Amino acid sequence: MFSLSQVRHRYGRTIALELPHFEGAQGEQYLVLGPSGSGKTTLLHVMAGLVRPTEGTVVIAGQDLADLRDAALDRFRGRHIGIVFQRSHLLPTLTVEENLLMAQYLAGLDQVPARAQEVLRRLDVADTASAYPSELSTGEQQRVGIARAVMNRPRVLLADEPTSSLDDERAEQVIDLLTTQARDDGATLVITTHDKRVQSHMPHQRTLTLEDA
Amino acid sequence: MNLLKLSASYIRQRWLTTGLNVLLLALGIATIVVLLLFSHQLERNLTENAEGIDLVVGAKGSPLQLILSSIYHIDAPTGNIPVEEAQEIIEHPAVAEAIPLALGDSYRGYRIVGTTHDYAALYGAELAGGAWWSGTMSVTAGARVAEEAQLRIGDEIVSSHGLTGDGAVHASHPLQVVGVLEATGTVIDRLLLTSIETVWAVHGDHAEDDHTGDDHAEGDHAEGDHAEDDHAEEEGEGGGAFHADEEDDGREYTSLLLTYSSPIAAATFPRYVNSQTDLQAAAPAFQTARLMSLLGVGFDALRGFGILLIAVAAIGVFVALYSALRERRYDLAVMRTLGASRWTLLAHVILEGVLLTVMGTVLGLGLGHAAAAVLSRAVAEAQGLALAGWSFVPAEVVLAILALGVGVVAALVPAVQAYRTDIAQVLARR
Repeated sequence: MFSLSQVRHRYGRTIALELPHFEGAQGEQYLVLGPSGSGKTTLLHVMAGLVRPTEGTVVIAGQDLADLRDAALDRFRGRHIGIVFQRSHLLPTLTVEENLLMAQYLAGLDQVPARAQEVLRRLDVADTASAYPSELSTGEQQRVGIARAVMNRPRVLLADEPTSSLDDERAEQVIDLLTTQARDDGATLVITTHDKRVQSHMPHQRTLTLEDA
Repeated sequence: MNLLKLSASYIRQRWLTTGLNVLLLALGIATIVVLLLFSHQLERNLTENAEGIDLVVGAKGSPLQLILSSIYHIDAPTGNIPVEEAQEIIEHPAVAEAIPLALGDSYRGYRIVGTTHDYAALYGAELAGGAWWSGTMSVTAGARVAEEAQLRIGDEIVSSHGLTGDGAVHASHPLQVVGVLEATGTVIDRLLLTSIETVWAVHGDHAEDDHTGDDHAEGDHAEGDHAEDDHAEEEGEGGGAFHADEEDDGREYTSLLLTYSSPIAAATFPRYVNSQTDLQAAAPAFQTARLMSLLGVGFDALRGFGILLIAVAAIGVFVALYSALRERRYDLAVMRTLGASRWTLLAHVILEGVLLTVMGTVLGLGLGHAAAAVLSRAVAEAQGLALAGWSFVPAEVVLAILALGVGVVAALVPAVQAYRTDIAQVLARR
């Protein structure tokens, strides 16, 4: 679950995000829509604890992020929040399997190669385990990116514009993968996008629409 | 996975740049290691070999040359001194003990020293087998000579004139090996010891050898294939003992190793020898200190060069990490989203610098010792001083720690940059 109240974030004098209330139950799926510049990315960063909001309270999986000091917040993020980027951004010097194990290592969890295998199998990219990111197709890279985000069974899975720059078919696939993976691990899914196609591919989502700030 | 593997993976990916930096660092460290090894061993060997010798008296010439030839057996002697004049020195009240040396011949480049048993006692040499030399025509071989020239007790050897091993051979005066010494770690290991009378006997007839050309007749001898012009060449270089032996009966010493009867003698006796006699006195302590200070200039230059190489390597490591970090800002930000703290990133980058310097240091230490080993084998003078490549100097530990420090410092600025990375900003920029 997550709960944001009276959140406001400023960069200098410009208000990047203003959100009186936004909350979601565990395992539900949410879509945040809005044009670019409406604060979608800022909202995602606030929810991931990458940015501490100027005002307001952010509670993720029962934890008020303001109560966590920097290193503890990093660890909390690693363990309970999965993030999927528009591009996968795997570490280029590590193999796919090493990238997944790195997620466990950096979160301070035991490294379980079997978990990496399982996640890769679920995403249908098990045969890429020993390949380097540069050897993968864009589609495979995106799947591995999702695999890494769900590696630690996060309570909240955040995806930032996962479908922009993808064609219709690929976009549908990615949304399908995200919703399935989130459901399999019982994670709450939040997708931010300006892509109207996503709405039609997410069957049970709730939608938050941000206005242009 | 762990941080070490991650840092190593980035080094592997940029192996060309990192390899260059590692090599630079290794060369710098190797230079300093060779320097440390040689200066340390040189100083130690110079002191150890001169222990128990207060003064060397020999023919007039360079005092340093006298010391080098009489104690370390690496330079040509300054000449010879008549026994009668030497006797005056030996009987002088300021002299407690005197060991006479007669040099001039060698066997396969190993010097044959005519002396008394006191000389062996000076270095604490003990027999590994056989007996001490006695009478004439018997030699006791130092440990390294015996090993390297494969001498066994009972073997007959034919010495050659001069100290370099390519002089005319004394074929008509074969010497018999009667004993082999235990290794002492001193210059005596590389010598063949015999009586003064042996050297005189060989040289008494030396003139005849040359005139009759005995050595050329016996062309089947190992050393017999040296032509006359080799001999001339050796004389030009040798300038040493027993070249005047055609004019007299050869009853001469090359030098005397002395100890004083009292400390006061140190102040007066050398001056007496130098001014009142035709001989020369040289104090090993003073001359070796002079030698070290002469070499010091070279050592300083080499050390400066080594430090320069290390400094360039440090800058190389800094530049490599700094520029790599620009490309890696996104990687670092992603690591933060996966749970890494700022400190983890700092450690990650420093670890990369440390890994590079550890590789450079290990490679440098290995290279330095290997180079020292090759040099000590290839250079005859280094052999004479028993320099070794595979011994270790405590200062190497200090060098290794310093090198690691350099790695940490070079990585510090990039590491702090990694620490300060604003992840949200980097991620949003895409």
